[in-house]
Amino acid sequence: MNSDVLKKLEVLAGAAKYDVSCASSGSNRGNAGNGIGNASPWGICHSFTEDGRCISLLKIMLTNHCMYDCAYCVNRRSNDVRRTAFSVKELTELTISFYRRNYIEGLFLSSGVVKSPDHTMSLMIRVAKELREVHRYNGYIHLKSIPGAGREVVHEAGLYADRLSVNVEIPTEPNLKLLAPEKDYTSIFTPMNSIRQGILTSREDRKKFRSAPKFVPAGQSTQVIIGATPDSDNQILTLASYMYKEQQMKRVYYSGYIPVNTNDSRLPVLTKPPLVRENRLYQSDWLMRFYFFSVDEIVNDKYPNLDLEIDPKLSYALRNPGLFPVDINKAPYELILRVPGIGVKSAKLIIMSRRFGKIHAGQLKKMGVVLKRARYFITCNELSSPTINEVKPENLRQVFLKKVPAKKDKYPGQLKLFADY
Amino acid sequence: MDIWIYDKTFEGFLTLVFDCFDRKTFPVRISGKEDCQPGIFPAGYEVTSDETKAKRVWNGLHKKISNNGCQMLYRVFLSELDDIELLILNFVRKVFESKESMELNFGDKYILEMLQVGKKVNREAQRILMFVRFQKTADDIYYASFDPQYNVLPLTIKHFEKRFADQKWVIYDTRRNFGFYYDLKNTIEIELSGSLIDPQTGAIDDSIMDKDEQLFQELWKSYFKSMCIKERINPRLHRQLLPKRFWKYLIEKQG
Repeated sequence: MNSDVLKKLEVLAGAAKYDVSCASSGSNRGNAGNGIGNASPWGICHSFTEDGRCISLLKIMLTNHCMYDCAYCVNRRSNDVRRTAFSVKELTELTISFYRRNYIEGLFLSSGVVKSPDHTMSLMIRVAKELREVHRYNGYIHLKSIPGAGREVVHEAGLYADRLSVNVEIPTEPNLKLLAPEKDYTSIFTPMNSIRQGILTSREDRKKFRSAPKFVPAGQSTQVIIGATPDSDNQILTLASYMYKEQQMKRVYYSGYIPVNTNDSRLPVLTKPPLVRENRLYQSDWLMRFYFFSVDEIVNDKYPNLDLEIDPKLSYALRNPGLFPVDINKAPYELILRVPGIGVKSAKLIIMSRRFGKIHAGQLKKMGVVLKRARYFITCNELSSPTINEVKPENLRQVFLKKVPAKKDKYPGQLKLFADY
Repeated sequence: MDIWIYDKTFEGFLTLVFDCFDRKTFPVRISGKEDCQPGIFPAGYEVTSDETKAKRVWNGLHKKISNNGCQMLYRVFLSELDDIELLILNFVRKVFESKESMELNFGDKYILEMLQVGKKVNREAQRILMFVRFQKTADDIYYASFDPQYNVLPLTIKHFEKRFADQKWVIYDTRRNFGFYYDLKNTIEIELSGSLIDPQTGAIDDSIMDKDEQLFQELWKSYFKSMCIKERINPRLHRQLLPKRFWKYLIEKQG
């Protein structure tokens, strides 16, 4: 290990940072035979960058040499950037040394494409294999699967990795082909299907034999770049929904496009990355995964794009006033989750507690419900406030936008609500 | 005023609970022996820790509430917050005085508060797992200091034993002045004295540092810097996720 590695690290970490995934959860690999490391099923973040993203894994590229020329990528062939590569020994030593100091939860290895997708994958596999077999390392490994990689290499990678991911990058195929001439959806979905198949087969095998090898125990994920192409939120979220349902993905990541390559007429000119839109997409993603929303309840042909001013759950509630008010003391869990201002944690507390007696507004507040929001959408024990149906959705929207409480004189006859809170 | 004092151990506290039910009287205040200033408020009763009594209470709790509930109670005790003993005592009274299990009745303010304090303690323990930074010494021991808000270091030891089974390590709570040393076989509680560790930052002295330690710290700092996307910089979010009180231990936040 020498200062040469320091220079390589700067280049190859800088080149890898645009991949947003950093999850280290979902795997429960134990520390077998007194080696080093284990995977923590809930994941552990070890630091946070100044842009507010978690650092859990050593996210790094094996090399930033690349034969592809994707318009949105900083490492594309036609860019004049410093190119370098790690040796297997350098990278494994770096991973282990960081891991032993509790800097990281594991390795997230990606790479530029050299010679061929299969060749690149086999280089990455060598790193993972050496970590597992020479260093007896049982910590987390996330390997990027290169588009176009064949079934054999993907399968081998899956035996060493906790997670594999193939990035879709662009939400529709024509736009992908426009920006990344060497890629198409076949080259992306073929490895994705191999991974899914491998996971299913391994799960079946492990039911029969506990000793059958684990294959990608933390599942697969993918990433979509937002705002580099004119694709709508409807197209993006429909794709994401397909990924969760059909491909059984653990995560879909949304990465606001950062103009790394200027002077490319195929790309939009942005002054700032679309961070608000990215945030709204993540909120929608959460609604699909934890709140029992289907994609067409969030976006559809009538509302193809998310409302940037208010969050998608509130937006849904304002479009569907007939669903409210929800009776906190009677409604099923799924319905309580639809109330703006009530999250998974408080909904669960409500369900558990109401068996012991009726719940009133003061208790809701203590449980973490945002009453400022929720009060227009619920009825509970003694709480009777004007609901969305009295205030009207369009007025309510204004109330939330201004972040001020509804004026008393605006709705005559309204009683003072939360005198005690 | 009915003030009870005890030795501030969990066993002592469980004994106190036993004595409450035994004497059929409950204290208005509970205080540690050392915290109790003699003369101002005379102690009404001094609890003597007793393993048998403590075990009876602990087993009794397990019959009334889930194992999770008991673990939560222990974590709440570790918070060392002011008057936390009274909260737990109130909770235990509810547990023993109700026929059915009521540990999930979060409409009750004591039960909800127990849950919330328990979560805070958990979170602090989680932060040890996240933010501990080991430095390697010349004699191959990985050393880290920490000063957790709550007394949670003991909760994290299993994690480190499993994960770093093949390296010797020390994690030290500088606030409470005790730590744990793992010697590849066993983990023992230790108390350190001496001046080779900076009491503020926990940095080990150059004279006992492994020859490669400095390089790896540089590498880590450089990695941390390279990971930031400058177009997305967000200092408020950064501070929220990585509170300032941890910065002194984080190599990546040093100069």
